[in-house]
Amino acid sequence: MTEEIQNNLIQIKGIRDGLLVTVGQGEWDELRRALLRQVEDKASFFHGARLVLDLGDRTLHAAELGSLRDDLSERGISLWAVLSTSHTTEQTAQVLGMATRLPSPRVSRARGSQEGGSAGEKAVLMQRTLRSGTRLSYDGHVVVMGDVNPGAEIIADGNVIVWGKLRGSVHAGASGNPSASVCALELAPAQLRIAGYLTALPVRRFLSGLVGKKGRSQPEIASVRDGQIIIEQWNPKEK
Amino acid sequence: MAAKVVTIASGKGGVGKTTTTANLAVALAADGHKVVCIDADIGLRNLDVVLGLENRIVYDLVDVVEGRCRLRQAMIKDKRFPELHLIPAAQTRDKNSVSPGDMIRLCDELRPDHDWILIDSPAGIERGFRNAIAPADMLLVVTNPEVSAVRDADRIIGLIEAEEKGPARLIINRMNPTLVKRGDMLTSADVHELLAIELIGIVPEDESVIISSNRGQPVAMNGNKRAGAAFHNIARRLNGEEVPFLQLDSRDGLMGRISRLIRPGGS
Ligand SMILES: Nc1ncnc2c1ncn2[C@@H]1O[C@H](COP(=O)(O)OP(=O)(O)O)[C@@H](O)[C@H]1O
Ligand SMILES: [Mg+2]
Repeated sequence: MTEEIQNNLIQIKGIRDGLLVTVGQGEWDELRRALLRQVEDKASFFHGARLVLDLGDRTLHAAELGSLRDDLSERGISLWAVLSTSHTTEQTAQVLGMATRLPSPRVSRARGSQEGGSAGEKAVLMQRTLRSGTRLSYDGHVVVMGDVNPGAEIIADGNVIVWGKLRGSVHAGASGNPSASVCALELAPAQLRIAGYLTALPVRRFLSGLVGKKGRSQPEIASVRDGQIIIEQWNPKEK
Repeated sequence: MAAKVVTIASGKGGVGKTTTTANLAVALAADGHKVVCIDADIGLRNLDVVLGLENRIVYDLVDVVEGRCRLRQAMIKDKRFPELHLIPAAQTRDKNSVSPGDMIRLCDELRPDHDWILIDSPAGIERGFRNAIAPADMLLVVTNPEVSAVRDADRIIGLIEAEEKGPARLIINRMNPTLVKRGDMLTSADVHELLAIELIGIVPEDESVIISSNRGQPVAMNGNKRAGAAFHNIARRLNGEEVPFLQLDSRDGLMGRISRLIRPGGS
């Protein structure tokens, strides 16, 4: 196959966060082979690279994405992020622990935003439980309708709202916004960070955070006050 | 007759996938079902050892896939149960010699003549795992009541969900009532609550599991053992029977525990 056709299948360019690979239309198997061939042809260029894969609206399942990641890692390349407008693809990437959004500076630059660290009103809604190994990073607010299990991680530039049990790790205001907050129906995270603050509260947990506190739990909210994270009962009347 | 393909998975190694596969195979065969087990843990085969069929292996899974023998030739017949067969894993091959498509084709060939196809999968989430789940109609996720095993089970369930495979059912293996009573072990309710998939079995920690596996006679061949009975119960639940759960842990109110255990999972 000629170089020219390969370039129609995949496009590679350098970005701040590594190499951005954009795949075109066509059979996945063929695109995958084209990418691996590129990587092998230019082994020294690719070695140690961090790759972002833009899949457009293509639907990929864990088997395909996982095996591509294996193939790339065998060649010394780490596939750390996948961008896609397909929900299945995005969810699969998250389950495999890959990022699905690039860090915000790039995004806000692209949009000409003047706000810097502020997440504005952008939000993403996840209508499922985030299981162990899932990593969700987003340059806005994150709303989860479901649980966030131990071993799952949320990194948001804005607030994090969990309509369920929060037992994984969470970092709100991740790009440096200390006015961000985290709330959950049951707030028992393995680790909680807001901007540069780490929770200093005794973590109420049983057997390494696998199981939340016993009995009925109250919705709670965590925020930064006087230079530390405090956790309070959620009281809508006060708001 | 169209077999149901059930893949036994776990995430973490050593939690009891192979033990579960062997014992469910025996329990289903003892109830008169036609069963074939496939050892998809290529390179680390041991289902043949637990089933006591090691010395009869001539051909293996990779031989079938690569066309060196016919499917029937690789199926070892268990003389104790005429309707139980094993397709062993290759000992010396790497797992990339089999693809998910191969597994689907193989199972499609086996389906018409069997009731159950049980696939024992390797630990982890790599290629071997994807091979094992590709043909599955149902997944049994095995875990131990330990934080790290549950964490890995959760991860595997997430992958199964992302693959849109399933349904997935939960087996909690090696439940130790003494440790639970002391508060030193997760209860089955704790594990079930976190993983939130339907529970299909709780198997006690039982030294007769190890002894009988070493003899190549899975514990389910001995109905007097508690672990053996637990595997028979799972086999019956697979067949749609409602079987009460053995009472294995009771840190608080006994009835409360039972009613919580049989409550179906959240998703
Ligand atoms: N319920 C049980 N009680 C006692 N020992 C068990 C039980 N289940 C499994 N084992 C032992 O644990 C070890 C690992 O089990 P195995 O089925 O090989 O795990 P896996 O296939 O998941 O790696 C074996 O030695 C087995 O005999
Ligand atoms: Mg095994």
